[in-house]
Amino acid sequence: MQDEPTPTELIKAVADFLRNEIVPQIKGHNAFKLRVGINALDLVTRQLALEQGSDAAEAERLKQLLGMDGALIDLNRALSEKIAKGEVDLATPGLAEHLWQTTMDKLAVDQPNYASYKRELGNK
Amino acid sequence: MIEDQLGRCVASWYKGATGVTGAAKLSGGASQETWTFDIVHPGGNFGAILRRAPPGYGASPSPSRAAGLDAEAVLMQLAYDAGLPSPRVMHVLTPEERLGRGFIMARVEGETLARKILRDEEFAQARPLLARQLGRIAAGIHSLPRARLPNLRSMTATREIADLDREYRGADWPRPVFELALRWLADHDPGPSRQVTLVHGDFRNGNLIIGPDGVRAVLDWELAHFGDPMEDLGWICVNSWRFGEIDKPAGGFGSREDLFAGYEEAGGKVDADRVMFWEVMGTLRWGIMCGRMMQRFRNAPDHPMEQAVIGRRTSETEIDLLRLLAPRG
Repeated sequence: MQDEPTPTELIKAVADFLRNEIVPQIKGHNAFKLRVGINALDLVTRQLALEQGSDAAEAERLKQLLGMDGALIDLNRALSEKIAKGEVDLATPGLAEHLWQTTMDKLAVDQPNYASYKRELGNK
Repeated sequence: MIEDQLGRCVASWYKGATGVTGAAKLSGGASQETWTFDIVHPGGNFGAILRRAPPGYGASPSPSRAAGLDAEAVLMQLAYDAGLPSPRVMHVLTPEERLGRGFIMARVEGETLARKILRDEEFAQARPLLARQLGRIAAGIHSLPRARLPNLRSMTATREIADLDREYRGADWPRPVFELALRWLADHDPGPSRQVTLVHGDFRNGNLIIGPDGVRAVLDWELAHFGDPMEDLGWICVNSWRFGEIDKPAGGFGSREDLFAGYEEAGGKVDADRVMFWEVMGTLRWGIMCGRMMQRFRNAPDHPMEQAVIGRRTSETEIDLLRLLAPRG
């Protein structure tokens, strides 16, 4: 068993330090890159918090849709193939809901401030 | 050092120039650079821009798609001559100048950062006019005289779908939403366009110089080609170039109706279904480009952070594709 603090706590501490202490001291292109870096650290903490739950739910939906079990990436490959071949499409019960939920779960980690995502959260 | 080289170059074609000053690199990777500088002249300095592939690099970074710097210079000059907002091309580099390949153009003052253009008070009066103005400009680009245009690649919807399909499969990462989009595109391929014109290829917010008075210059002709003119109208409507102003499809500035009205005012003919088709294509294209950034990040020896982060923006295009193809409620 690894000791505390947790990865999330460590990353948050580093990101907060960079945000509060270093950003005000940096100018020009490196200031831009620093903000990009801090955003990436924030993304990692969101993934650590959300990934397990959303992956499990996604795998469950894929099992239902495909009638098979397997690793998440293999299930996604199988679904991709079926869509490419036209064996499933938007008329297939559950497909649209699955794609929407999966995509919303990705945006919650990648870009929760993306305007389309915020609009769709409100539309739910 | 570049100021000495530029000074010698400028002296040979700018009458009375005594050198250059204030040279600064604005942007650029290894293969293409943009520099700003001032030509020193007793009658007053003159602002200029150098766009070049440095010595040792070819004129086009991705040979399959890029028009090449020589073609870019011709296109910008033709646009300028036609009265479209475009920088005046002042000089095309020659090998003896040892500056690489490329050209020097007059510097156009104004803003290119899309978010500033969409939010700063300075542009508040221009913003409502931009969609219509961009429509007129697109029509002007599409009617540049074919006989004077450089040799460019030809693109059709069918070939573009095949290119995207190949690039997506090359990445070997399953994306059911992209599969859905590829299927939709194949099912809705409108076939060859009746009109085939010059297409700018990257006509969008971010590649425009804007002032408080409106569009001052169209930049980045690197992806120019011959094809369906509706491609340019679809690309400028891709949600990624609305920068948060998602209810204003035309670049975050205004409505499709305004964009189309401007286009028809200037003699163009709009096919709204084709524009929508190209908007879906463009959304997928940007998504695939984001995915490619992830691969570049992995393969580059210095693992550039910015490219890693763009890789995680692919999902933005997935939600936009779903909003286009499977809208909820």
